[in-house]
Amino acid sequence: MILELDSIDVVYDHVIQVLKGVSLQVPRRGIVALLGGNGAGKSTTLKAISTLLQFERGEVTKGSILFDGVRVEHSTPDELVRRGCVHVMEGRRCFEHLTVEENLLTGAFTRKEGSSVIADDLELVYGYFPDLKLSRHSLAGYVSGGIQQMCAIGRGLMARPRLMLLDEPSISLAPRVVEEVFEIVQKLNHEQGVSILIAEQNINIALKYASYGYVLENGRVVLDGEANELRNNEDIREFYLGIAGEHRKSFHNVKSYRRRKRWLA
Amino acid sequence: MLDILHKIFVGPFIEMSHAPDLLVQVLWEGFVSGTLYALIALGFVLIYKASSVFNFAQGIMVVFSALTLVGLIEMGLPAWLALLMTVGVMYVLAVSVERTILLPLVNQSQSTMIMATIGLSSFLIGFGGFIFGGEPKSMPVALLGIPTGSMQFSVFNGHINIQNLDLAAAVMALVMVTTLGIFFSKTRIGRALRAVADDHQAALSVGITLKQIWVIVWFTAGIVGLTTGIFWGARSDVSFSLQIIALKALPVLILGGFTSIPGVFIGGLIIGIGEQLFEYYWGVQMGGGTQGWVAYMIALLFLWVMPQGLFGEKIIERI
Repeated sequence: MILELDSIDVVYDHVIQVLKGVSLQVPRRGIVALLGGNGAGKSTTLKAISTLLQFERGEVTKGSILFDGVRVEHSTPDELVRRGCVHVMEGRRCFEHLTVEENLLTGAFTRKEGSSVIADDLELVYGYFPDLKLSRHSLAGYVSGGIQQMCAIGRGLMARPRLMLLDEPSISLAPRVVEEVFEIVQKLNHEQGVSILIAEQNINIALKYASYGYVLENGRVVLDGEANELRNNEDIREFYLGIAGEHRKSFHNVKSYRRRKRWLA
Repeated sequence: MLDILHKIFVGPFIEMSHAPDLLVQVLWEGFVSGTLYALIALGFVLIYKASSVFNFAQGIMVVFSALTLVGLIEMGLPAWLALLMTVGVMYVLAVSVERTILLPLVNQSQSTMIMATIGLSSFLIGFGGFIFGGEPKSMPVALLGIPTGSMQFSVFNGHINIQNLDLAAAVMALVMVTTLGIFFSKTRIGRALRAVADDHQAALSVGITLKQIWVIVWFTAGIVGLTTGIFWGARSDVSFSLQIIALKALPVLILGGFTSIPGVFIGGLIIGIGEQLFEYYWGVQMGGGTQGWVAYMIALLFLWVMPQGLFGEKIIERI
């Protein structure tokens, strides 16, 4: 396992508890999906791992996070990047006033190697994202959302990570572009051996590419399993994929209550 | 009525063409004060770029660094050692600002940060006064190896008079602006600085260490402040009233844009030269003393036409 979370609690501002006993594991070279709706605690989980939490007045109060066998919950973000864990944040977060290429180069900030190695890696990133090469000299603030997402992932890649935390890479992208981004992520996983933990609301696409998934609700892991197992789970199908039974749902017959989720029993 | 129009639109230009040597002299003086305004504004830009904070303490940092330098020399230290120690003091200041202000207030609103810098400036005024006393001191120019005296040039059948001190100040300002400009745009640290300015959380996520960047920026701003302090101090006295000149940085920043290093230089020159020209050719008829407000008038005009300044960053917004 490259990443192991053992029943962590996260508290914001000393009073607001957001995560309650979350445990999850990412195997080496694996793709794992972290699923759930808005406010379920997906982003918080990722921020707890990358320790960006401390800059939002959040804190891991219980449990432990092991990255590559080392406890990291009280580490710093740059320390984690150096160890090989990069967090690609939700909403792309490119540096708008830097060009695409400069954005990629900031990703190599922690690297100690010479500029020729960095230049090789830049070419490697351009190899995976040919679109980035075409707009390498444009300001990142002006390129399309898809390119920005690629830029954010490419920037993460420049740190030569062993584990990438992707937070909602599908957000506000056209379905075709979402496919494209996930295809590249899968390729990175296969060819570069980067382990991947994706937080997604788009459960359909996440389960298509991941091999294992965890479902978060209200800060708890309520369900986990192999991806195809989850895809066929009745609760997942009804509550997240909107498919109920054999027939399409008619909204004429929708009652004001819904079937109780089994995991709440 | 016609007489007034003549005085505004015709008279000054006739004067200029009649005495071109005087015009050159006025332009030169404007140029020198322009480069010094640019230096002050540069301190603001550095900090604004890296932390989006308008540092109200910048003016005080200029005075504080100059006071430290003069104070140390008065204690009998050799000038080079005093200079070195002042640089050290500015470094300590940068680290303490990072520890006591920036780190505890990370992710707070802009107004909180501005209040914090106002607090810092009060502290520095009190602390500086406590250690070095409140009375004005004069900058020991000769000890610091800054050239004095003046040079005469003849142009257009007349003379212009150039103070060596002014020349040194202008050269120094140019060197600083250019070096920092290159540093920001070409180096790894410079890129990281700009990244932090754009989105400090994203900068953290790629492993840029905010603490390191902040210390670098505040230290650089301190050094820029020290340079400004030395040259302004040499032209007048070193005292806390010097912080008023920091207000001159505001119109320069409005003109050049808060985030542009070349903008600061151009802005400084426009303000410096505009101010001198106006005072010599128009101000006299208005009773003089126009330097107090012309800069702000120019800034106001610019705000109407180009609110982001000549070289300000375009605000990128997705809709």
